[in-house]
Amino acid sequence: MASARGDLPAIKRPRVHAPMRAPSTAALLILCLAALAGCMEEPWNSPYPRADSAKAIFYGAFAERPKHLDPVSSYSETEAQFTGQIYEPVLQYHFLERPYKLVPLTAEHLPEARYFDRDGVELAATAAAEQVAETVYRITLKPGIQFQPHPAFARDAEGGYRYHQLSATQVARHATLAEFTHTGTRELTAEDYVYQIKRLMHPHLHSPVAGLMGKYIKGLAAFGERLREAEGGNHGFVDLRKYALEGARVIDRYTFEIVITDKYPQFRYWLAMSFFAPVPWEADAFYARPGMRERNFSLDWYPVGTGPYMMVENNPNRRMVLARNPNFRGEPYPSSGMPGDEQAGLLRMAGKPMPFIDVAHYSLEKEEIPQWTKFLQGYYDVAAVLPDSFDQAIQFAGNGEAELTQDMREKGVQLVTAVEEATYYLGFNMRDSVVGGDSERARLLRRAISIAVDFEEFVAIFANGRGVAAHGPIPPEIFGYRAGQDGINPYVYEWRGGRAVRRDIAEARALMREAGYPEGRDPATGQPLLLYYEAVAAGPSGKAQLNWYRKQFDKLGIQLVVRVTDYNRFQEKLREGTGQIFTWGWNADYPDPENFLFLLYGPNGKVRHGGENAANYASEAFDRLFVTMRAMPDGPERQALIDQMMEMARRDAPWVWGFHPMAYALNHAWYGNSKPNLMARNSLKYKTVEPALRARLRRAWNRPVLWPVVAGLGLLALAAVPAWRGHRARQRARAR
Amino acid sequence: MSAYLLRRALYALPILLGVNLITFALFFVVNSPDDMARMQLGNKHITQAAVEQWKAERGYNRPLLWNAQADGLARATDTIFYRNTLRLFLFDFGQSDSGRDIGFDIAQRMGPSLAVSVPVLILELALAIGLALVVAVLRGTYLDLWAVVLCVAMMSVSMLFYIIGGQFLFGKLLRLVPISGYDQGLAGFKFVALPVLVSVVAALGYGTRWYRTLFLEEINRDYVRTARAKGLGERAVMLRHVLRNALIPILTGVVVLLPSLFIGNLIIESFFGIPGLGSYTIEAIQSQDFAIVRAMVFLGSLLYIVGLLLTDVSYTLADPRVRLE
Repeated sequence: MASARGDLPAIKRPRVHAPMRAPSTAALLILCLAALAGCMEEPWNSPYPRADSAKAIFYGAFAERPKHLDPVSSYSETEAQFTGQIYEPVLQYHFLERPYKLVPLTAEHLPEARYFDRDGVELAATAAAEQVAETVYRITLKPGIQFQPHPAFARDAEGGYRYHQLSATQVARHATLAEFTHTGTRELTAEDYVYQIKRLMHPHLHSPVAGLMGKYIKGLAAFGERLREAEGGNHGFVDLRKYALEGARVIDRYTFEIVITDKYPQFRYWLAMSFFAPVPWEADAFYARPGMRERNFSLDWYPVGTGPYMMVENNPNRRMVLARNPNFRGEPYPSSGMPGDEQAGLLRMAGKPMPFIDVAHYSLEKEEIPQWTKFLQGYYDVAAVLPDSFDQAIQFAGNGEAELTQDMREKGVQLVTAVEEATYYLGFNMRDSVVGGDSERARLLRRAISIAVDFEEFVAIFANGRGVAAHGPIPPEIFGYRAGQDGINPYVYEWRGGRAVRRDIAEARALMREAGYPEGRDPATGQPLLLYYEAVAAGPSGKAQLNWYRKQFDKLGIQLVVRVTDYNRFQEKLREGTGQIFTWGWNADYPDPENFLFLLYGPNGKVRHGGENAANYASEAFDRLFVTMRAMPDGPERQALIDQMMEMARRDAPWVWGFHPMAYALNHAWYGNSKPNLMARNSLKYKTVEPALRARLRRAWNRPVLWPVVAGLGLLALAAVPAWRGHRARQRARAR
Repeated sequence: MSAYLLRRALYALPILLGVNLITFALFFVVNSPDDMARMQLGNKHITQAAVEQWKAERGYNRPLLWNAQADGLARATDTIFYRNTLRLFLFDFGQSDSGRDIGFDIAQRMGPSLAVSVPVLILELALAIGLALVVAVLRGTYLDLWAVVLCVAMMSVSMLFYIIGGQFLFGKLLRLVPISGYDQGLAGFKFVALPVLVSVVAALGYGTRWYRTLFLEEINRDYVRTARAKGLGERAVMLRHVLRNALIPILTGVVVLLPSLFIGNLIIESFFGIPGLGSYTIEAIQSQDFAIVRAMVFLGSLLYIVGLLLTDVSYTLADPRVRLE
C-alpha cells in the first residue's frame, strides 16, 4: 500500500514539467545531430576507412568466391580478375589494338614456331599440318624480372631457406601469411616456366587443361603417368625439377623451349594464359610444409607472381586486396592504339611506367541491389549493368543505340560496351532420330526451326537488347567473321534495305511441308510433331524463357515439351546424348576461329569423344577443312576455308545460331583508360583513378539526411503518450 | 543431474548418425561424385580421366554405403559414408572439396555470425518482452487492439521486404550507414547496425505477440490477483510476478536458439555481405561441396541438441520445483 501511494508524486512531476522539457530535448537532439553531420566531412555510409579517401585505390566487387588462385588450376573469370594481375605468362594481349593481338609480356619477343618432320628436318613455316611432326617454340625471357616479396624466398644468415624446414607447431603460430616476418625474392628464370608446365601433371593438383595439353606437349601425358607412379602417395613437396620433360626444356637461364607434337598455331594463345605462368619451386616447397594446409596456406590462397600486383589480403568471405608489387619492373603503357584512342584520352599515359593504381580493393557482394546502390553512391568505381538496374542506367535512342539515362549522365558515368567473344545457341542433338542426322528431312526441319526461333526477339526481351544475332559460331572481332551482306546466314536471313532480315515464317512452314511435316504434324501419327527441349531449372525468369521457346516452335505447329532438370542431370544428358534440343554457350579461350569452329568438329563430339561439340555434329567434309584451317595463318586462304565451313554448317544447321552477348559496363568519371579488352585478364595495370575527384563526389552524393530520424523518434515518443495515459487510467481505476 | 545429462548425450549419438545418414542420402540423390568432380574442376576441357583422378584423391571413388567387393568389416568401412562420417564425431571436419580446411573456415566465420546474431537476440528479447509487458498492462484497451493488429501486420511482411526496405531507407535515402559490408572490432559497428536493426524489427511483431500471450495467460492467475490485493503496483506485479512466472516458456524458446546463433542467419548475411556461417553453408550447397555441407549439418544438429539440453538445465534455474533425474 505504502509503495503504491508513494508513486503518486512521482507521476505528478512529469505532468507539470513535460510541456517545457519535451521540446527542449528534441531541439537539443536535432542540434546535436546537425552539428555531428556538419562536423563529419566523410560520409557516414562509407564502407571504407576515412584515411583511404585520398589514395589511388581501385574499388570493385566480386560475387563469387574464387576457388583456385593456383595458376595450374585457375580457369574461371572470377579467379582471373585476381590471378591476371599477379601472374605473368610470357605473352599478353595488346591493351588497345584490335583485332586482338599478342605481344610479349615477360618474353623478349614473340616466339617463332619452328616446324620439324619425323626425321627431325626443319620445314618451312608454310608446311602442311600432316608433314609436321614437331613444332618448337623457343622463348627468351627479359632479364631482371623479380618475384614479389614472399616468405618462400626468405633466407637465414647461412643462406638456407628460412621457412623450408618449418614444423607443424611452428606453422601453427601463424594465422596469415603476413605473420611470416621475413620475405625474400629472386630473379625469374626459364626454369620457373618449365616447372609450371610440369605442374600441369602434378598428381594432386588436377589442372583442368592437363588432358588437353597432354595431347599437344611432347611427352607430357607420359610424364604425368611417371609422376603418378613415383609420387602419387607423396602429399608433401613433389620436387618436379628431378623429373625431365621432353616437351619443355631449359636452354639457358633465360631461354626455354616447348615442343608440340603437331602443327598447332593456336598454342601461342595458351602462352598468354595463367596455366603457363611461372611458379617458383620455392613456393611449392614452402606450402608443402606440415600444417600449412590446415592453416589454408597454399598457392591456391596466397599466389606468388612477378606481376604488377600481389595479394595482401585474401578473405574471400569479405574482401580481397591486391597491392602494388614493390619488385615490379615498371612496364611502360602502350604507345599505339586504334584510330580514336588518342582522342579518347587512351594514349595519355603512353610510355609511362605501370601500374597507376596502388591498391585494388574487391568486396564480396552477392546481391545485386547493394552492389548497384554502392556504385551509385561512388563506393565502387565500376559496375556491370544488371537486369534489375538496367532501366535506371540505360535507354535506347531512336536509332536503337544504347545510351545512358539522364541521371547517369548527370553523375558523369560512362557507358562502355563490347561484343563478347562468346556465343549462345540452341543446339540439336545430331544423334537424335528426329532432329539429328544427315537426312534431308531432318536438315529441312532444323532449318525451319532456325527461321522460327527469333533470337532478335529473345535478345530484346531477355537480354535488354544486349546481344547481336549470330549468323554462325564466330563472333565479331575474331578472324573469320564477316560483317554485312557477305556474312549473313542465307538460310535464315535475307538482305533487305541494307540489313539482314529474318525470313518470313511462311518460308519456314514451306520447309516443314517439304520435310514431310505439313502444318507441323507428324504424318505417322497425325498429331503435332512432338519435340523435347532439355532445360535447366532457373526460377521464375526461366519459366518466361521456356514459354517463349514453346511459342517459337508453336509458330510451326510443333509441340515443344520442356523437360526441366537440374544442372547435373542436364550435363549428363549432353554427355550421354539422350537430350534432343538444348541451349548452350561457349566463351572463347583465345581469339581464333579455331576456338569456335572446333565446337562443330566431329572428333570433338561430346558423346563419342567427351569433347566440346555438344551437338555431336559430324561432317567429314567439315572436319577435313577444319584440320587444314586450324594450321593456317590468318589470310585470304584461311578466310576462304572458313567461308566454306560456314556454308556447310549453315546448310546443315546443327545449331540455331543464337546470339553473341554484349558486355555493358559503367564507369565513374574518375576511372580512366577503361577501353574494354575482353581477352586480356591483366588490365588493372593500365587503369587510372582520380582520388580527389572521387572523394569530392562521394561527399556530395552521400550527405546524411537526419530529419526523418528525428521525426521518427518524435513519433515514437508521441505514441508512448496514450500508452502512458492508459496505464495511468488503469492505475487510478477503482475496483467495481 | 549429471546422470541425466550423460544419458541425453548418449541419446545424441544415434540422432547425429541418423541426421548424417539422411544428409548423405539426400546429397547423393542429387549429386553424384562425378558431378562433384566436374563442379570443382570446371566445365571446359575436362576429361573423364581427370574426373576419376579427382574422385580417387578425395575417396569418392568408393561405394557410397556398402562395399560388396570388400571383405568383412571393410564392407561397411571402405565406403564414402563411413570414411566421411566417423571423423566428424572427433570434430575433425577435414578439408572441403576445393581443398580448404573446414575447421579453420568455421572458426573464422563464427565471429561475424555472432557479431550480428547476439545483439539481435538481446535487443529483440528486451524490446519484445518490454513491449509485450506494456501491451499486457493495457489489455482490453484500443491500444492493445492496435498493438496486436500492428504485430500481425509486422509478422505478415516478408523478411526480404524488411531487408530491402531497410537498405533503401537507411543506406540509400538517409545515407546513415553502409548498405552492406563488414569489418572487425569497433569499425564493424556501422556495418552491423543496419542488419541488427532490420532483424530486430522483423522479429518484433512475432516476439511481442507471443510474449503478450504468455503474460496474459499468467496475468489472470490467482497469485497475480493476490499480489494486487496486497496492494502491489502494476509495475511490481508485472516485473516481479508475471514476468518471472512466464520465464519457462520464454526460456524454451530462447535457450534452444542460443547454440544456433553460431550458425548465423542465411538471408541477412547474404544481403548485408556478412561473412558468417549462414552464407558458408549456402555457398557449399551451390558449389556441391559435400564436405562442407556434411560438416555444417553435423554442427547444426549438434548445436540443436546442445540447445535442448541447455533448455532443460535452464528450467531448473527458472523453477526450483523442476529436477532433472
